[in-house]
Amino acid sequence: MAVGLTLIFGVMRVVNFAHGDMMVWGMYLAFVLATRAGVDPYLSFVVCAAALFGLGVVVQRGLVDRIVDAPHEMQILLMLGVALVLENVALLVFGPEPARVRSPLGQLTWELGPLYVDVARLVTFAVAIVLTLALWLFLFRTELGRLIRASADNHYGALVIGADVRRIYATAFGIGAACVGAAGALVSPILPFQPVTGLALSVTSFNIVIIGGMGSLVGAFIGGLLVSVAESLGAVFLRPSLKELFSFSLLIVILLFRPAGLFGKRQP
Amino acid sequence: MKALAAAGAVAVLLALPLVLSGYAITIFILIFFYAYLAQAWNILGGYAGQLSAGHAAFVGIGGYTSALLFERGVTPWFGMFVGAALAAGLGAVIGYLGFRFGLRGFYFVLLTVAFAEICRILASNVEAVGGAIGLYITFTGDPRHFQFRDPRAYYYIALALMLLATGVAALLERRRLGIYLTAIREDETACEALGVDTFKYKMLAMVVSSFLTGLAGTFYAFQNFSLQPGAVFGIPLSVEILIRPIIGGAGTLLGPVLGSFILTPLAEVSRQYFGQGGLHGAHLVVYGVLLVAVVLFLPQGAYPFLRRLFQRGAA
Repeated sequence: MAVGLTLIFGVMRVVNFAHGDMMVWGMYLAFVLATRAGVDPYLSFVVCAAALFGLGVVVQRGLVDRIVDAPHEMQILLMLGVALVLENVALLVFGPEPARVRSPLGQLTWELGPLYVDVARLVTFAVAIVLTLALWLFLFRTELGRLIRASADNHYGALVIGADVRRIYATAFGIGAACVGAAGALVSPILPFQPVTGLALSVTSFNIVIIGGMGSLVGAFIGGLLVSVAESLGAVFLRPSLKELFSFSLLIVILLFRPAGLFGKRQP
Repeated sequence: MKALAAAGAVAVLLALPLVLSGYAITIFILIFFYAYLAQAWNILGGYAGQLSAGHAAFVGIGGYTSALLFERGVTPWFGMFVGAALAAGLGAVIGYLGFRFGLRGFYFVLLTVAFAEICRILASNVEAVGGAIGLYITFTGDPRHFQFRDPRAYYYIALALMLLATGVAALLERRRLGIYLTAIREDETACEALGVDTFKYKMLAMVVSSFLTGLAGTFYAFQNFSLQPGAVFGIPLSVEILIRPIIGGAGTLLGPVLGSFILTPLAEVSRQYFGQGGLHGAHLVVYGVLLVAVVLFLPQGAYPFLRRLFQRGAA
């Protein structure tokens, strides 16, 4: 999930506050597909990714594009507006009750010696790694990926060499959103969700991205691991409800001493 | 002319409770209350351009302090200033860290969110301050306890608060401080180059803003008689606080007030109508759409737009 955010920010320096809410939409889409059409979320995540790609492109083309050159603050506010709309339309459509997608995989566990492993979690983890790898390959090994990174690096430079920066931005935003959609569908059997989950997810993914480093894929991955380890340790040693305290404290420390994150390049 | 218009508006607002129904008074109380919060936010977020998405923390601290002191027999009339002072203290800490370490834009937003969230998590986990259930205030109906049987009393207090904050903002605008703050918003680097102590002025804006916001916490606590960590420290309240000045016009004197006069009735009415049909969140969709529209079409906010419109009409 953070991988998607890091892509969007890395490329366009646009802060997507609607991230968590997009993820919730991915979850609900998986939910609808599973309950109405009986599609397992481990298959439907492809559909969710495609749908969110579309949403991402629309948001980018219709809204963000108009103010890409505006001050950062305006973009934050714009995305906050989008987040409010997405979250509360979900609330209007699906209601406030927590939902959960049932998947036959969700009930399975493997016994590996002394350990019990949730198959669902394992699959989610594996797909997440595959997606991250695929994204990395895409960004560093394909022409379009190179163009995306080029536009991120130097907007005008990319314009000069004749790149269609607007299209590239839309693609990048769409891919970012698609990652989120896929992630949403993938965790939907593990994590019960409701419309307000979006806000918490946005905040968590910001934590991860900031800690790992904006615009760095590896950083987002490591940041995700760090945050979850910090939260689990907090839950073990203190009360589970206090676990977020750790990620937020970590966030503040990182913000102050290494605002570019652990793996980010320092930006001027 | 301007003074006359202002005096007239205040006179109308003073006389309004004589003719308003109970429900309308409640709405006006909310309008003033949010206008006050919006104005307090405006000093930091509007004039100085330091976007805070964690102002709820100051409301929470102000409210919790005066409510806890009240439990120990200290009148909220005194407790509100203790609460505001503590809120200003937290504001100073956030400001010091944020400004000293040069966090700008998005990073500053995140810092304020992180602090507010930490406050929320702490408040909902420390049993001494009520934990997740929050605090409930015993109703005495005694004016000395900041409690009134007549909603009109809250109406006048809220109105006074709004006027107070607007007065502070007006004062700022005329002083050198206000000019410095606007200059910092427009181009901080240039300010520093000219020898303006940007750190000092941003800190000042932060402290004033958080102090005023802290005062509001007491009003909130003793109007609702309860405090829940999610409600007073949560991100949704921070959004309520910042959306009004943005829509009304951040960095203008009357923008936050106008924003509250637009949004608060809208929110209340849609909450009333859609909430009964089980459709929660409709007013937040409206917020979102308005926010997007304002950013795209009226980046200065509604107030400067209206003023231009009137000037064109007059000319």
